[in-house]
Amino acid sequence: MATEILMPALSPTMEEGTLAKWLVKEGDAVKSGQILAEIETDKATMEFEAVDEGTIGKLLVAEGTQGVKVNAPIALLLAEGEDASAAAAPASGPASVPAQPKAEETAQKTDAPRTEGKPTSAVEQAPHPAKAADTTPDWPEGTQMKSMTVREALREAMAEEMTRDDSVFLMGEEVGEYQGAYKISQGLLDQFGPKRVIDTPITEHGFAGIAVGAAFGGLRPIVEFMTFNFAMQAIDQIINSAAKTLYMSGGQMGAPMVFRGPNGAAARVGAQHSQDYAAWYAQIPGLKVAMPYSAADAKGLLKTAIRDPNPVIFLENEILYGRSFDVPVLEDFTVPFGKAKIWREGSDVTLVSFGIGMAHALEAADKLAAEGISAEVIDLRTLRPIDYDTVIASVQKTNRCVTVEEGFPVGSIGNHLSAYIMENAFDWLDAPVINCAGKDVPMPYAANLEKLALVTSDEVVAAVKKVTYR
Amino acid sequence: MAARKAPDLPNVSKDELLKYYREMLLIRRFEEKAGQLYGMGLIGGFCHLYIGQEAVVVGLEAAASEGDKRVTSYRDHGHMLACGMDPKGVMAELTGREGGYSKGKGGSMHMFSKEKHFYGGHGIVGAQVPIGAGLAFSDMYKGTDRVTFTYFGDGAANQGQVYETYNMAELWNLPVVFVIENNQYAMGTSVKRSTKSPTLWQRGAAYGIEGEAVDGMDVLAVKAAGERAVAHCRAGNGPYILEVMTYRYRGHSMSDPAKYRTREEVQKMRDERDPIEHVRDLLLTGNHATDDDLKAIDRDIKAVVNEAAEFSKESPEPDLSELWTDIYADVAPQDA
Repeated sequence: MATEILMPALSPTMEEGTLAKWLVKEGDAVKSGQILAEIETDKATMEFEAVDEGTIGKLLVAEGTQGVKVNAPIALLLAEGEDASAAAAPASGPASVPAQPKAEETAQKTDAPRTEGKPTSAVEQAPHPAKAADTTPDWPEGTQMKSMTVREALREAMAEEMTRDDSVFLMGEEVGEYQGAYKISQGLLDQFGPKRVIDTPITEHGFAGIAVGAAFGGLRPIVEFMTFNFAMQAIDQIINSAAKTLYMSGGQMGAPMVFRGPNGAAARVGAQHSQDYAAWYAQIPGLKVAMPYSAADAKGLLKTAIRDPNPVIFLENEILYGRSFDVPVLEDFTVPFGKAKIWREGSDVTLVSFGIGMAHALEAADKLAAEGISAEVIDLRTLRPIDYDTVIASVQKTNRCVTVEEGFPVGSIGNHLSAYIMENAFDWLDAPVINCAGKDVPMPYAANLEKLALVTSDEVVAAVKKVTYR
Repeated sequence: MAARKAPDLPNVSKDELLKYYREMLLIRRFEEKAGQLYGMGLIGGFCHLYIGQEAVVVGLEAAASEGDKRVTSYRDHGHMLACGMDPKGVMAELTGREGGYSKGKGGSMHMFSKEKHFYGGHGIVGAQVPIGAGLAFSDMYKGTDRVTFTYFGDGAANQGQVYETYNMAELWNLPVVFVIENNQYAMGTSVKRSTKSPTLWQRGAAYGIEGEAVDGMDVLAVKAAGERAVAHCRAGNGPYILEVMTYRYRGHSMSDPAKYRTREEVQKMRDERDPIEHVRDLLLTGNHATDDDLKAIDRDIKAVVNEAAEFSKESPEPDLSELWTDIYADVAPQDA
């Protein structure tokens, strides 16, 4: 039986083309790989090669023909032993089933109904009205507490997890012999040795990729970036390799690992060393993102991050490293992802923040209380997943919301929350949601300008007065 | 590369030659079929064929042992077939079907097999290089003597992360074989137009890494070099670089008009240096096989490839619910 040679699609978008030139004639013997014709697509002139061997029985489309549809028969190929008479009675259809036209496929996909029980919006949504927020305490009442800096809490979390699991190791610049650029890893080299506390050269892209490979290979890397500003050198490995592999492999392989380090503005270090990446990473499906404020959360969330079977971005803050908080004295204290913490209950307005933004939000709440305005203050703690339930439940109570963060204002976490609240609690709002954020400028060096660029508690107070119409 | 000389009958067994012939032919026929399915619109997006380079992966897989790992770029179909992945699963991934290795969610450039220690299939040029070193790091950390083959092209050889990786791989003595598949064109840019260095493998010397150039159209030469590289790594001597000189017959991807080289150049390579014809000559001249024996193998391979193509058409598209799966793991797949 003669095989029909079909007009090929030679680019992802080609639907028809011009058969510019035949390079074979009827009666020619052809081998697989031999160039049969030149075909002009919408982009270029391409050579079209034979797949099967045989003899050209008939050319069905003359050279120079324009508008030849993809999958239309253009020639007949005779197998060994067949003669040209077979060409007179070709097989009734193409040798293989042609694919759906591509435009149609695209339309089908766009219109595809979602499977039942799946989220109805592009993000995982809380049902409307919101589920009851999880308000269980982080530790049992009466637990003994001790004061600890964020720095010590982070160190303890790593030491405990490295003791618990041999496959956990720490790598980064100056984490070992130097004892950490910010002393987060102080003492870990002595405790765990150079096999598990690894000093790297200054080569973020490279060591982030090596850590991703180590995670594919079954280890649990903790990658310390001296600051997250330097992680921009490695962002391809973080997003394209670490975050997407589980999905691209159909669940066969993933990158259980933690990328951690200080994020956001420190003090007087200028534009290239002062940027909050919370919103950047929070946008990526496949990543989890934690951004603690207190020492207890730093410890509990980091332990959870190290145990998580997915890549976690763990955003710390240099200014918070030295601050002290009460931390529960418990054998194995962890904080779950996706559970916000209500630091202060209130009735007039909801302040939502995370990381160092919490310092401004709490300070603003004190100032507001002095003026008789009662603010509820929520620390999101993780930005992926986000605890929408707690936010919505609070907004339904206070009917007003102000978000507080240090990052740039465009495409911020606050912008996202505003949209979410509008979609899910519109009827409860008595005022627009206001986002307090860093200014839309690179961080200046001059002390007065830097102060102006950062979000302040006074700005939060002003925003609250606006939404409470005072 | 010189014209193919008359084979001088190397010391290699009949079974070995037949194995290489079969494996290389499988890749060639599979890729031709993939090109055909692409032309019919059954395979979408980008599709990078391996035709012409078959001796590279077949030779290196012959030097590998159970448990060794491999990772490569987006031109990955040959690597998957050579390490024993099922042609049906690979082809069905190309057509974006449920029966594909990634359930249709990865595509031609993003496929993996935990079982065969194949770690992708990476679409970003050069990104697989530190990942390969990291896989080797995991073996060293666990104290095994396994080796990771990290494949990349002459194009990727100019990426900065390759040299960041060379530096750490040698510093930490990682058991990784860096395989530069020099097919002489990075998309449309020839090696001569992208670097003044006369060789790519010698760049390793700056980091203290040993290596060599290999004739990549000769599967026996590739295998011998692979064995030297593996022995070096397994003995704890750190990384090794192989620059395998090869040639791709087809365009960079299916939509490449390939105007950057002449038709004569490609035809000359096919006529004089084809890696499959080379083994075929060795089999026939050494009286290891008759024409009929080889025809029977051709028929077998064709049947395997046709079966893969049929499977890839019949396997259904993934269920719509798959959109929302495999974004987060409850348990790391490595631990499952």
